[in-house]
Amino acid sequence: MFLLPSLAVFAVFILYPLVESFVLSTHGSDIFGNSSRYVGFKHFRDLFSDSDFYKVLGTTAMFTVLTVLPGVLGALVLVLLMESRIRGIRIFRSAFALPFAFSAASASVIFAVIYNPAVGIANGMLAHVGAKPVGWLTDPKWVLLSVVVVQIWLTLGYNVLVLSAGVAAIPADIVEAARLDGAKGWRLHLSVIVPLLSPQLFFLTVVSTINSLQAFTAIRVLAPEGGPGGKAMTLVYAIYNKGFENGNSDLGTASAYAIVLLFIVLILTAIQFGVLERKVFYR
Amino acid sequence: MSATARDRLAKVLVYLVLIAAALAVVFPVYYALAGSVMPTRDLTKAPPALVPSGLHPGNFADVFDAVPLGHQYLNSVVVAGIITVAQVVTSLLAAYAFVFLPLKWRGAVFGLFLATLMIPWEAIIIPNYKTIANAHLANTYFALVLPFLASAFGTFMLRQAFLQFPMELRDAARIDGSGHLRFLWRIVVPVSRPTIAAIAVYSFLSAWNQYFWPLLVTDKPKMQTLQLGMSQLNNSESADPRLILAGVALSVLPTLLLVIFGQKFIVKGLTSGAVK
Repeated sequence: MFLLPSLAVFAVFILYPLVESFVLSTHGSDIFGNSSRYVGFKHFRDLFSDSDFYKVLGTTAMFTVLTVLPGVLGALVLVLLMESRIRGIRIFRSAFALPFAFSAASASVIFAVIYNPAVGIANGMLAHVGAKPVGWLTDPKWVLLSVVVVQIWLTLGYNVLVLSAGVAAIPADIVEAARLDGAKGWRLHLSVIVPLLSPQLFFLTVVSTINSLQAFTAIRVLAPEGGPGGKAMTLVYAIYNKGFENGNSDLGTASAYAIVLLFIVLILTAIQFGVLERKVFYR
Repeated sequence: MSATARDRLAKVLVYLVLIAAALAVVFPVYYALAGSVMPTRDLTKAPPALVPSGLHPGNFADVFDAVPLGHQYLNSVVVAGIITVAQVVTSLLAAYAFVFLPLKWRGAVFGLFLATLMIPWEAIIIPNYKTIANAHLANTYFALVLPFLASAFGTFMLRQAFLQFPMELRDAARIDGSGHLRFLWRIVVPVSRPTIAAIAVYSFLSAWNQYFWPLLVTDKPKMQTLQLGMSQLNNSESADPRLILAGVALSVLPTLLLVIFGQKFIVKGLTSGAVK
């Protein structure tokens, strides 16, 4: 009885749509977005023979790598630096936690102002040092990187938080024993603390990857329609672009994209559970 | 170089890197808040000003003329509030059932709950959109809250908390004749208050920050949420940085306060699962 409310919500808004996604992806759709006749795997065949699809996959991979690697490694460096017994740690911690208060939409909008080609402060600074202005959001070469910066800004604080908690959980006697053995400075960090943080590093890498694969808002605000030359058209954004953006209503193709996304995320989650399981098993 | 000199140099470098990183993180926040009170000329001159030349609170009034931000503020508060309360209640009930009630298929049902955590919402957003559209619920609060009235994550967290209870307490649920709802409300809820607070903060933040779903199911400005209204300021042809930044400053106020005063709960809510 107590389970009914939750089960009802999950049934209607998770389990049913899961099945329906597969149904939609095997049906055509009319101009109003209503699904029409059964077309089998046509959308997938079209997808796999469409060079745009591979471009989208490439962009998604690029976006993910460019956000996850600097996000996780940057946070690791910051956390290790904060470990070196300096004053003012709390100020730094608070500074890095600040982006928590910002939704993806508000952060993206702030950066839109900063990136503004004519009056934005980014180009203002460049002009100040005598450099040429950059089309942060209008130049196909820059648009993806500009969105990447926003995504990293949004997630860095969380990464710092998780790694700090991980460092705090390392038993003091292990670090002390390593110190007595003569490990100090970078050797202590690299050979003792980093390995002990590997569960958190692994967790963060998987979670950030899944988050980056699902990142939508920053692209919608900063690079609508996938930006110039579609250079910021990721998998998630393609779902919106094919299904809804600018009066598009090709829900069949959009659903095919959605199912590709679903499988990629499921595989990553399975890897995560698999590795965590093994870790628990061998300990 | 002597050892102490090297240590000192290392320390200076550590500070420099940390300060540079902190400035990079804080700058957009500072610029949004400072820009929200700048007169237009500060934001449009070259190079743009870093410090407001004077306080210009009129920006905030102008935002309300540009978009129905008052309505949208209310919408966000109502929607995030309903979702938060509903998720806490449904998660409490479900977690109670998993821990205190004799259930057939307990393992299988719990597995089902966990499985829903693995499904990326964006991958099933199209059928959900069709469900809402076919039920003629677009541009209503129902559309904005219905899919989020339950939380597998909340259920999971509370179940973990309940499992920490001493056996006697769990047995008391069976011996005590007072119904399960009363036992849940009188004994279980007060004891698990910190976990409930963590879930509430987490639910509120995620609901408040939603963007993709509201974008699909609302198109009337007065039914849209704050996130959509605020980013609309950026889309319009006459995008005015002054209004955009004033809109952002207004919209982040509640979450900024939440982060400053509720940090303990956020930390707990966000890092659970990451650290054992």
